[in-house]
Amino acid sequence: MITLHTPLREDDILKLNVGDKVLLNGTIFTARDKAHLFLLEENFEKIRNGIIYHCGPIIKDNNVIASGPTTSGRMGMFTPGMIEKYGIKAIIGKGGMDASVLEAMKGKTVYLAAVGGAAVVYAKNSKVRNVYKQEFGMPEAIWELYVRDFPVIVAMDSKGNSIYENVREESMKNLEKLL
Amino acid sequence: MGMEKEIIDLYRTVATSLPEDVEKALEKAKSGEENPVSIEVLERILENVKKAREGSIPICQDTGIPIFYVKLPNDQNREDIINAIKNATKTATKDIPLRPNAVDTLTDNNIGNEPIIHFEESDKFGMNIMLKGGGSENVSAIYQLPDKRLDAGRDMEGVRKCILDAVFKAQGKGCPPYTIGVAMGGNIEQVASLSKKQLLRAIDDQNDNPKMRDFEEQTLEEINRLGIGPLGMGGKTTAIGVKIASSVRHPASFFVGISFGCWCMRRGKI
Repeated sequence: MITLHTPLREDDILKLNVGDKVLLNGTIFTARDKAHLFLLEENFEKIRNGIIYHCGPIIKDNNVIASGPTTSGRMGMFTPGMIEKYGIKAIIGKGGMDASVLEAMKGKTVYLAAVGGAAVVYAKNSKVRNVYKQEFGMPEAIWELYVRDFPVIVAMDSKGNSIYENVREESMKNLEKLL
Repeated sequence: MGMEKEIIDLYRTVATSLPEDVEKALEKAKSGEENPVSIEVLERILENVKKAREGSIPICQDTGIPIFYVKLPNDQNREDIINAIKNATKTATKDIPLRPNAVDTLTDNNIGNEPIIHFEESDKFGMNIMLKGGGSENVSAIYQLPDKRLDAGRDMEGVRKCILDAVFKAQGKGCPPYTIGVAMGGNIEQVASLSKKQLLRAIDDQNDNPKMRDFEEQTLEEINRLGIGPLGMGGKTTAIGVKIASSVRHPASFFVGISFGCWCMRRGKI
């Protein structure tokens, strides 16, 4: 188990390999579809060199009630732009991202898999620090969270390796046998 | 008010407590996995299910679209039921809480939660609810047979190919291990709705028709040979159940509706 603290440094990222289990500590920002559009159109310096969490949480009275990941695939078309513009160091999500994102991540960014649906586990490790663009609605707002021992698995590393690409290739071979 | 309160309680139970049959199937899946990542994923899932139930907290932050299936005797008033469901939805959204999941497509404003309500006539009153997450909804699919790309004809073999293709395309995006509802035949809206309704069936529920029962078992076994695994990170359990229904069809049409339920298959009834 590897423990990491924000701000993440370049060598923190470069030493991670797919399959590594990580406990993350520090500040992360939730961002989904609408937040990505906003972040690419306008400047939001707080997120520079930071961590994005694909998540639309349930928040009540500023407490995190449930905060598992949402499907990262939807954010794929915006992600290379986000990495280029803000130097995003890590993306937390579920379901993985495609080859174009994997390419854009090389030497710069890791993708950390959180377990989809494990919303209570993640909420217990998270506190609300701030919220931006609340007018987007609860799931789409940018929530600045402070997390402690937030458990994730490196699923795409900065060297071009992806668990999801391996699984896709393997399942493609299996599918061909079954068809 | 009696009905309204019952529905609020149902919301709470369903949002915070995974059905026993689903939990059992996930436990069984865990004991069958070998690679450390899929074991870790399933352990995390089961830990989360336990914590959610103990704390009466929503299992997943996506508390889904509430879908109601109401069996209604002729002498009962439909409006009363609709009002009770709508009021209960508002209270449940605030109190449990549920995540506001209804975005007005035209204005893009999130307006809270809007239940979908299906009625059917019946001698006896009954109500089933499903909280249907968006991730698994997004990988659901409708096929039309014959399908040249899949070399799939208008028969069960063709349906089998559609199901395997849909699961392959879904990969881990809809939070596997999946429960998969399938409907073959019908009009396009029939297969969408009938396949979704199959997700209400318990994991251990067996099809009455022996031919369909074998088909469900065979398809499940084949899906689990794909190797997609829990959360799409590899492994032996990609689905825990496949439930298939058929309806009549127009001679010109053969649709296959495939509805995905995530591992967190939340359903319940009054």
